[in-house]
Amino acid sequence: MSITLKDVEHVANLARLDLTDAEKAQFTEQLNAILKYAEKLNELDTENVEPTSHVLPITNVMRDDVMKESLPIEKVLLNAPDEEDGQIKVPAVLE
Amino acid sequence: MSVANKYETVVGLEVHVELHTNSKIFCGCSTSFGAPPNTHTCPVCLGHPGVLPVLNRQAVEYAMKAALALNCTIADVSKFDRKNYFYPDSPKAYQISQYDQPIGENGWIDIEVNGETKRIGITRLHLEEDAGKLTHVDGGYASLVDFNRVGTPLVEIVSEPDIRTPEEAKAYLEKLKAIMLYCDVSDVKMEEGSLRCDANISLRPYGQEKLGTRAELKNMNSFRGVQRGLEYEQFRQAEILDAGGEVVQETRRFDDAVGKSFSMRGKEEAHDYRYFPDPDLVRLHINKEWKESVLASIPELPDARKARYTADYGLPAYDAEVITASKKLADFFEESLSYTKDAKAVSNWIMGDLLGYLNANGLELENVKITGQGLGEMIGLLEKGTISGKIAKTVFKAMLESGKLPQQIVEEQGLVQISDEGAILTIVDAIIEKNPQSVEDFRAGKEKAIGFLVGQIMKETRGKANPALVNKLLLERLQ
Repeated sequence: MSITLKDVEHVANLARLDLTDAEKAQFTEQLNAILKYAEKLNELDTENVEPTSHVLPITNVMRDDVMKESLPIEKVLLNAPDEEDGQIKVPAVLE
Repeated sequence: MSVANKYETVVGLEVHVELHTNSKIFCGCSTSFGAPPNTHTCPVCLGHPGVLPVLNRQAVEYAMKAALALNCTIADVSKFDRKNYFYPDSPKAYQISQYDQPIGENGWIDIEVNGETKRIGITRLHLEEDAGKLTHVDGGYASLVDFNRVGTPLVEIVSEPDIRTPEEAKAYLEKLKAIMLYCDVSDVKMEEGSLRCDANISLRPYGQEKLGTRAELKNMNSFRGVQRGLEYEQFRQAEILDAGGEVVQETRRFDDAVGKSFSMRGKEEAHDYRYFPDPDLVRLHINKEWKESVLASIPELPDARKARYTADYGLPAYDAEVITASKKLADFFEESLSYTKDAKAVSNWIMGDLLGYLNANGLELENVKITGQGLGEMIGLLEKGTISGKIAKTVFKAMLESGKLPQQIVEEQGLVQISDEGAILTIVDAIIEKNPQSVEDFRAGKEKAIGFLVGQIMKETRGKANPALVNKLLLERLQ
């Protein structure tokens, strides 16, 4: 499997990244190098190994349904570019 | 061209139900509705860097309960995935959801439409977090974001494309709502957004196996709205097909006020969510013991209750359906039966006076004070002849408003029925004396005149005279 320039353009678009032609070429090359490195894993025999989504040998980490205090509104709004009536104000993105 | 005889409609529904846990799915913020904006948020649900989500066990158990009640198979191993998209309602730029290992799969529910039972398949039920709420302001140039709802646990329930008419869609939603209420996993209030529904709808000529191109319909705010939205969409797609055109696969927004759907441009190409397993959340192993303990917590569901009401109490299927559609109403019905044996009388009072009053005033059962005990005891007083049917209506209304027991209402308001012959005769004689014209009319063959006289007697006794006795004594005197 290899990454094409088109793949990079597609993913960049989905991630809202505006890349120059030079960057696109650079990332295509780098991503392919990473994939190539990961291909080393194919040398291993994984015939009898179950696929996993997680490397840690733990499951079922859960908490009780207990309420905790939330952040004070002043702190919540510290990261807001703009605010109005306790709400975060952003440019409209209409569906 | 009528839709009904040319094209077959195929509908699949995606329903989101908010689970009524105390805290959010991955953090301890409150899930309560109606708080001032952004006051139920913390670094976890705001997606600040470096925080870790921890799964709420109650949310998992509610999802399992809902899945089991919908006859789904529960996964032995389940996991959470990130669904990536950019929109201001999501502070993390991804939603934690479940992609290929949902909590439940392959379920079904039975619905009833026009007296026929139909089974609708449930493809899957998965657990995920809700997004925030946007309010568009400044003439559509800006949006205000409230993140209180972010992280509220949701189950998404996806049906098979087994639904064939808008009525079936409505029946499916009503049954789903009833089951969720019975399981006590959600408040299921569409007006508060705790149940939301999207629909996939396509048309195909009868006899054709291949599905037509579908449209996804959003923004339907009530069960009636879903039905209306689908009816409109049937009509719209049939017109296109009739004209030899092609339905475009797209997302459409239903505008209830206008009764039409509109294309939501710009979303078509964005359906690449790049799901991948969330590295912050470990896998969920659901063993047999856990499944069994959740299964044991599911109460008798509406279908089972309905079957019991028709078989054991002889209720008409329709009445049983209406009463069991709400767990609170069914519980009320059963509470009444601890105080009277006359199930049909209880059912009649519920179907008539109770639901009539609730519907006319836009109320729910929990908004009125009457109890099952009150209704049961009132029917007992009717049977004994302590009160008449007319007085029972007065007592019933008083119970709705005060919640007092009927005996107390009858005593306080002096509503005991007058069944003493002597007392009634005195009044009968007085009324005959006062209304010679009506008496003459009756004797001349105008039978209607007696109704007037009875009315006068009932008025005189404020409705308390035993009606059968009044009729009997009045006739005796007149003949």
